[in-house]
Amino acid sequence: MTHAQAAKRFSWDEGGIIALLGLTTLFCLFIVAKTHDSAFAFHGWLGLIASIGGIFAVVNGYQNRKGEQPEEVGGLPNYQMGPVKLGTFFSVFWGIAGFAAGLYIALQLAFPALNLDLPWTTFGRLRPLHTSAVIFAFGGNVLIATSLYVVQRTCRARTAGGLWPWFVVWGYNFFIVIAATGYLLGITQSKEYAEPEWYADLWLTVVWVAYLLVFLGTIWKRKEPHIYVANWFYLAFIVTIAMLHIVNNLTLPISLTEPKSYIVWSGVQDAMTQWWYGHNAVGFFLTAGFLAIMYYFIPKRAERPVYSYRLSIVHFWSLIFIYIWAGPHHLHYTAVPQWAQTLGMTFSIMLWMPSWGGMINGLMTLSGAWDKLRTDPVLRMLVVSVAFYGMSTFEGPLMSVRAVNSLSHYTDWTIGHVHSGALGWVGYISFGALYCLVPWLWNKRELYSLKLVAWHFWISTIGIVLYITSMWVSGIMQGLMWRAYTRLGFLEYSFIETVEAMEPFYVIRALGGALFLIGALIMAYNLWMTVRVGEEAEEPAATPALQPAE
Amino acid sequence: MAHDKQVDDVSGVEMTGHEWDGLRELNNPLPRWWLWTFYVTCAWAVVYWVLMPSWPLLDDYLRGVRGHSQRAVVMEEVAALQAQRATAGAGLQEVSLEEIQQTPDLLQFAMANGAAAFGDNCAACHGSGGQGATGYPNLNDDVWLWGGTLDEIHQTLLYGIRAEHDETRMGDMPAFGRDGILNRQEIRATANHVLTLSGQEPEEGADLALGEELFVNNCAACHGESGEGMRELGSANLADHEWLYGGSLQAVMASIDQGRAGVMPAWDARLDPVTIKSLAVYVHALGGGE
Repeated sequence: MTHAQAAKRFSWDEGGIIALLGLTTLFCLFIVAKTHDSAFAFHGWLGLIASIGGIFAVVNGYQNRKGEQPEEVGGLPNYQMGPVKLGTFFSVFWGIAGFAAGLYIALQLAFPALNLDLPWTTFGRLRPLHTSAVIFAFGGNVLIATSLYVVQRTCRARTAGGLWPWFVVWGYNFFIVIAATGYLLGITQSKEYAEPEWYADLWLTVVWVAYLLVFLGTIWKRKEPHIYVANWFYLAFIVTIAMLHIVNNLTLPISLTEPKSYIVWSGVQDAMTQWWYGHNAVGFFLTAGFLAIMYYFIPKRAERPVYSYRLSIVHFWSLIFIYIWAGPHHLHYTAVPQWAQTLGMTFSIMLWMPSWGGMINGLMTLSGAWDKLRTDPVLRMLVVSVAFYGMSTFEGPLMSVRAVNSLSHYTDWTIGHVHSGALGWVGYISFGALYCLVPWLWNKRELYSLKLVAWHFWISTIGIVLYITSMWVSGIMQGLMWRAYTRLGFLEYSFIETVEAMEPFYVIRALGGALFLIGALIMAYNLWMTVRVGEEAEEPAATPALQPAE
Repeated sequence: MAHDKQVDDVSGVEMTGHEWDGLRELNNPLPRWWLWTFYVTCAWAVVYWVLMPSWPLLDDYLRGVRGHSQRAVVMEEVAALQAQRATAGAGLQEVSLEEIQQTPDLLQFAMANGAAAFGDNCAACHGSGGQGATGYPNLNDDVWLWGGTLDEIHQTLLYGIRAEHDETRMGDMPAFGRDGILNRQEIRATANHVLTLSGQEPEEGADLALGEELFVNNCAACHGESGEGMRELGSANLADHEWLYGGSLQAVMASIDQGRAGVMPAWDARLDPVTIKSLAVYVHALGGGE
């Protein structure tokens, strides 16, 4: 023992994190001292507290640890599940926050007085708060947590990089806090789904590169001869998001002491870059990433083999190659050249089957286990998410056709489409994964209550149906009213008349959103009770005793 | 891990022999319908590329054998619509506003044109039904600052009020408080007098004598001794019960303190003459036309 202690010294990961956080501390000190912008100073203080806290935590961990973390314990991999647990917690937390923000702005559209006449609570600031909270905070934490879990289990290896997985989860969530508070205080670079300003973008870049290296390092030291399909999808997601994030956020700050920056792209190139980013955030964050979740959790829960290895290869590569072209379909009938619109549209059509390859593999994996849908609401949630995925990935190519888009563009139909994908696909596959993960991570025999899962499923399914049907009707009505002409050649409806006509559907949509939120609250309660009072699992054969969070 | 091929008991399908964390894979072939649908979408894309503008070249792009251009299409559509309107609205060019009102065909066109133009240009301030809002006149009633005949409405539309146009209608209500002409007490007294003009009760203890004196000296030149207003100056009638900025003591005091200078844009250069004529007829017909 004394020998081990004498040999103890700072490891590379501890030193690296301390160095990085030290630099961050210096930068934040500079901001706090120099800036005249109170919101930026607030972010400087947050960064200062967080980075000093981080350094303290690393040093504290060093003093308390006895030696190096072993790669294996008792012949089984010594999985690092602490960061996964943390990411799981943040997933649920941000999910509830993001859904609540969405419900609030949905109510604002129906009852505008709810903007309270305060700058912080106007629709313009709360809308990016909602989208970022659900996509990046909720979805991002689900992706990070599940990917760190899945890559370890399917590689039979502890995560690479020592403490760096902890840095990834904490660092990512610090980015979320900066982004969210920035929106409320009015800091934005006004690019949809890429609203955070330059300093937040820089921080995210650092975190994301660390994430990529941890993930690659874990695959590098795997004990399995092959790389499991879920890991292809996770890797495609991590690599592509890095590229998209960097290119779309190439900005020049007006000063190092100001939060404001200007993008280097201009005019139509900026629009193209923005929607290349925006569309592939859908493609690689919300599709590829969550397909990775599907490829692990559905066969695991159904206890069936994946339907077709060949299909997984072909649909993976075709999806990756084709998705990246489809962005210009967001800019039909604009100043973007028609040839670019053509390419965006035709690649979107070709994308239909590659997308559906994932649906087929997900659904057909159930063959031989369909009966489980009756008894296992978690599996039901996972499978219904794949059904919503199939529906959205058919609707998307349909809406990318220029003739259809001329009706659907700028209307609520788009909002309905996004939410059938977001609530149905991304939401349900995440809920299903969380219901699986929490008992595994906290070593519980099963969930606190399957009955509550069934309640969650039905309440939120009704919510989704209300949401998307009301937006279809409202969107198509809106599109038709905009283009209606009188016999004499005049517009039949003024803009405000179309808004008046949509109001009842706004109320229905908010009701749907409320049901979805209630479902998520039921889930949070269920997961909380699982951790608190769930019965300890007997040593499951395939799972080694989990190390306490280090 | 095992590389010998196994067969899945349930489906009878061969497996790949890979296994990760208990997960295995069947070696099912690609579903035929899936593959063929994929091929068809690819073939369709190629056909579309041949027909329509598609791939970029070094200094040009493939224009497609159909020679389609969305810009040309939209220009044609706009031109066709304009031609349709021009034909139907040709009669409005030369005739007077009264004649438009008396000729059913022309009136129908003017009302349709006016309704569409009103919704997209005027409703934002005056309300979708022309009902107005605080600071934005109600166009349905018979209260008019600058007159409610067809020609007066037409002139207001063309040149606006306090707008950026040489012909614009100009009225100037001074900011008596802000510019230091009257002190707070004097403003209060004047406002109380103004309330009495329309038969409202002044507040208790109001110095009505001072108010009347100040009104005669400062306000009557434009608003008239009994506050009936003057259309030539656009000054409001203070003796009726209609208030553009509110008729409470506080609101009247605010008007005297800060002055009022609402702006209506000049539409002369923004809308075509037929549409402006149509709007005059439409607004006149809303209910308050004189």
